[in-house]
Amino acid sequence: MDDTFLLVVRTLDATLRVATPLIFCAMAGLYSERSGIVDIGLEGKMLAGAFAAATVAALTGSAWLALGAAVLISMSLALLHGFACITHRGDHVVSGVAINILVAGLTIVLGNAWFRQGGQTPSLPADARFMSMDFPGAEAMSEIPLIGQIYAELISGHNLLVYAGLAAVPLTAWVVYKTRFGLRLRAVGENPAAVDTAGISVVWLRYRAVMICGVLTGLAGTYLAIAQNAGFSRDMTAGQGYIALAALIFGKWRPWLAFGACLIFGLLDAVSIRMQGVELPGIGEVPVQAIQALPYVLTVVLLAGFIGKAVAPKAIGQPYVKER
Amino acid sequence: MSNAPRITLPAWIDIGVIPVVNILMALVAAGAVILIIGEDPIQAVQVMIQGAVGYDEGIGYTLYYTTNFIFTGLAVSMAFHAGLFNIGGEGQAYFGGLGIGLAVLALDGGAPGFLIVPIAIAAGALFGAGWAFIPAYLQAYRGSHIVITTIMFNFIAAALMVYLLAGVMRESGNMSPETREFASVSFLPFMHEVFAWFGVTITRTPLNLSILWALLCCVFVYVFIWRTRWGYALRTVGQSERAAVYAGISPPRIVLMAMCLSGALAGFVGVNELLGVQHRLLLNFSAGYGFTGIAVALMGRNHPVGIVLASLLFGLLYQGGAELAFEMPTITKEMVVALQGLVILFSGALAYMSRPWVERLYLMARGGAERRAA
Repeated sequence: MDDTFLLVVRTLDATLRVATPLIFCAMAGLYSERSGIVDIGLEGKMLAGAFAAATVAALTGSAWLALGAAVLISMSLALLHGFACITHRGDHVVSGVAINILVAGLTIVLGNAWFRQGGQTPSLPADARFMSMDFPGAEAMSEIPLIGQIYAELISGHNLLVYAGLAAVPLTAWVVYKTRFGLRLRAVGENPAAVDTAGISVVWLRYRAVMICGVLTGLAGTYLAIAQNAGFSRDMTAGQGYIALAALIFGKWRPWLAFGACLIFGLLDAVSIRMQGVELPGIGEVPVQAIQALPYVLTVVLLAGFIGKAVAPKAIGQPYVKER
Repeated sequence: MSNAPRITLPAWIDIGVIPVVNILMALVAAGAVILIIGEDPIQAVQVMIQGAVGYDEGIGYTLYYTTNFIFTGLAVSMAFHAGLFNIGGEGQAYFGGLGIGLAVLALDGGAPGFLIVPIAIAAGALFGAGWAFIPAYLQAYRGSHIVITTIMFNFIAAALMVYLLAGVMRESGNMSPETREFASVSFLPFMHEVFAWFGVTITRTPLNLSILWALLCCVFVYVFIWRTRWGYALRTVGQSERAAVYAGISPPRIVLMAMCLSGALAGFVGVNELLGVQHRLLLNFSAGYGFTGIAVALMGRNHPVGIVLASLLFGLLYQGGAELAFEMPTITKEMVVALQGLVILFSGALAYMSRPWVERLYLMARGGAERRAA
């Protein structure tokens, strides 16, 4: 019994670790998409952020400088997306695809040219990374069953960015629902003409939204490259940007629901590793690939309207043209 | 269209000059990247051109890559004409390959080649179309967005293929995730074999008969889109769904038709790769060709002629890029992927950025000419 409990706690712990980049990216996508800018490019921005973080950490040895670089790079890509979609009214999806493909190629080219390790960056020492932090008394508490174990295994012992990711959710919920900026953000995604009529700049509002999106994807990349792993490896995001996008849609473009979806998808990921080769009673062995594909299948089923209805912001993907 | 032109430029500027300007911007940006990593862009271009068209084998490889890009480029453009963005070409190509593999593996025990090959091609089209049908149905009748569902279907296809090739379909005793080799009756002849029939000797390359099939598909797409009533209906839906409804066209049915044709065209990648070259079904044979199709379609302006030209350019870049990575080890072959991203950016998302400058130049030139005439 006790072992089972510990297993559950550890699985949840692993869930939190794999869900963190998803949470950052889903919140990033939320700002962008709520303002009416479709963001297929979460994947690319996160990958670029990861590469920038690993590169700067390898060169300077400072995790904080690395974080700054990642945020800067992801934000400039977000601004490029904004430049294409907001200023030049280009197709949002095309721009996002372009960013993803560009980054997938460029990170390997630059990484190989600078470090000559086939696209990887050098393995980072502990002090150039965000390492896990043990909360006071975690060691002592771990002896206490239930509460102590939850405290020691699940709550304590993560790195700073995991807690930052968790904090991003209530913060986003507050910004989007309780501030003037948030009200305008939601309005501009539903009816930009009304926002414009109120004398608020649609362009500037949307630019701010994509910049926030850039910052958050930069944090996701930082987490991947210098917190969860000790360096950058090619294509290390491995579709997580798309999973985050799926989570955002699954969460109906709302912060807490999207957070829940990230946790579910993270849990599926954590479980799929443990399920390898395990026989389930009555079903037999479930292929790992089936569990890995489940987030995508679930999102399609949701989008098809079979479990609830996900309604996108009304003006999403449409360029706003002031006065013709 | 929000990007409606302010003045009408002559057609040759619109289809000739602006796309070239956009591609040049992408090339300049790529050149800047090469400068940043401390290599000489001019030399890189020379190596690429030499590697792609400088000798027989290079040309063969270039055309072999071109074949794949024609299929995926046509696939993306078919959907574009109906106003749909099919990002799922990758998954549809992959799944089409599964159809081809299943057909050949089931039949190559006894059936003759002239029967197996058409059935396999049809199976590739059917499976590719089938993989596009579900997102199309969901878009047409359940209102879920095709971009998102086709992305999801790419991942689902990838997971499914890993499952099949690492387990059920793997040849026993073979460690790598692939099926047994097809029987040789199912092979499409290589071009060097075809030429040998006529007594002409050319260098051995992966280039095979599929390229003719690709060109036939171009003709088919042209005739279908511009010379049939289905194509007319398809373009009408792409331009304005409301106008289509008013004209008695059912947009959901057109969405289904366009996406199924798109998926079928993507599925033909397997004809070139599996029947032509690999002769077995293997993991990741679609290798990003589906995504390149987006760049090809944008660059080729969704017209078969443009798509063939864009495919040639990308074939050249792929083959030249491989050669480049060999000659200048600082530059890896992923440089081509980055360039592909830049092409999508400049000739897709930023397609109208250069227009005001070109307009101004054109007006200045015309003004000058008129003054001289007066």
